[in-house]
Amino acid sequence: MDTELNAQPSLLQEDSQNAELAVVVRGLHVYYGARLVLDNISLDVEQKQVTALIGPSGCGKSTLLRCFNRLNDLIDDCHVQGQVRLFKRNIYHPDEDVVTLRRQVGMVFQRPNPFPKSIFDNVAYGVRLQHKLGARELREVVRWSLKAAALWDEVKDRLSESALKLSSGQQQRLVIARALAVKPSVLLLDEPASNLDPISMLKLEELITELKSRYTIIIVTHNMQQAARVSDHTAFIDQGRLIEVSDTRSLFTHPKQKQTEDYITGRYG
Amino acid sequence: MSLKLNQHISREFNAELERIRSQVLRMGGLVEAQLVHAVQALREGDSELADEVLKADQRINQLEVEIDAECTEIVALRQPAASDLRLIMGVIKTISDLERIGDEAKRVAKMADSDLAGHLPEHMSMEINYMADLARGMLHDVLDAFARLDADDALKIAQRDRQVDLKYESITRQLITYMVQDAKSIPTALAIMWAVRSLERIGDRSQNIAEHLIYLVRGEDVRHVPLDDLLQSANPRKTR
Repeated sequence: MDTELNAQPSLLQEDSQNAELAVVVRGLHVYYGARLVLDNISLDVEQKQVTALIGPSGCGKSTLLRCFNRLNDLIDDCHVQGQVRLFKRNIYHPDEDVVTLRRQVGMVFQRPNPFPKSIFDNVAYGVRLQHKLGARELREVVRWSLKAAALWDEVKDRLSESALKLSSGQQQRLVIARALAVKPSVLLLDEPASNLDPISMLKLEELITELKSRYTIIIVTHNMQQAARVSDHTAFIDQGRLIEVSDTRSLFTHPKQKQTEDYITGRYG
Repeated sequence: MSLKLNQHISREFNAELERIRSQVLRMGGLVEAQLVHAVQALREGDSELADEVLKADQRINQLEVEIDAECTEIVALRQPAASDLRLIMGVIKTISDLERIGDEAKRVAKMADSDLAGHLPEHMSMEINYMADLARGMLHDVLDAFARLDADDALKIAQRDRQVDLKYESITRQLITYMVQDAKSIPTALAIMWAVRSLERIGDRSQNIAEHLIYLVRGEDVRHVPLDDLLQSANPRKTR
């Protein structure tokens, strides 16, 4: 993966004036080979708020999400231009430590992906890699993370059981607990509820609402009602371009752009 | 952004919205006819026509319930957003105002059974007629604007409520003068006052419908916003 870096002092100054921003994207272009998949995206993501990215399949919303933890680096012919700043730090700077970045920016995927290990070990895995903690401290981190992910009460008596025995909804919350255990600042959720039944989905949404008091959350979802329920801000992306971003209430009651209106009301443009 | 009801990917949803829209217009047509008949019954002392008005009100109430149920169903099953959501919310509020206009017309019609009916002083009959025309004109035009989803027209119609209010005040002043001059005229004057009060309320409710229409087309809540401010923002150069 290649990156082109062009530090723009004026933009950095703009960040420092707004301490509430967790992520600032400016002039972001992403190519897969010669194909442009994100076209000049500029977006501000506020701290401790939920920002939803919506748009039709293939519009580039997951690609944008993966720019926030440089997961696109793993794609061979991916080429990124422009800036993504996390708490004022340009994460595409050559000196950026990607391992540290991904600890700071946790990610949860569409399908829950617990390790074939016990519930306890799943949550402790990242912490063990990062710190040498005593058994008691480690237990405390696991307990705290499972509580934060609203799973503790359901699993506290079976921590040594395999995580694969949990239901999909529980597995998804376990994966969130695993992400929280390494103390991230930002959580990226890539269609986290698309494989869940309605009750598990509502539990997950409730969890997202609780987590936002401590974390900045960016969620990609196809479910517009879900975006409307959980997010504070919504960005609509179509064909690689950011069409509209605003507070969620305005976007779902009177969007400014016809393209947004057509998409959220199920009209053909 | 113009509002189109027929461009959803789901053709069934298009049909549901279109059906709701036409039912509102049908309800509006019935309410307008009620108003015309009620004023005619009052002026001519036609108690049969007044009875018809009272009976027809049941159909209006029934339509309100039916449209309400369809809107609730759409909210539950389609989870509408943006202009579709505003349309549903606008319709729910509009049919409530239409039903109340029907009730006001019924109140006017009930006066047709009083001693007053058919014996209104000529100039008062003309005044009431003129005021009824103003209120009915507002109702007719706002329904027409609703059929076309025309927010610009709705704004102009909302302004016309001021004329209805002025006419109401003028008639009220005259009636007070009669009552002061001749105590015997008090029962008649009070009865007329009730009728014109209903007409004044019909103007208010037609203005409400115009405001709902502006909201559903533009997404702008203009209730409780002074009309002058609205005109200023709609046309900053012309109005000063």
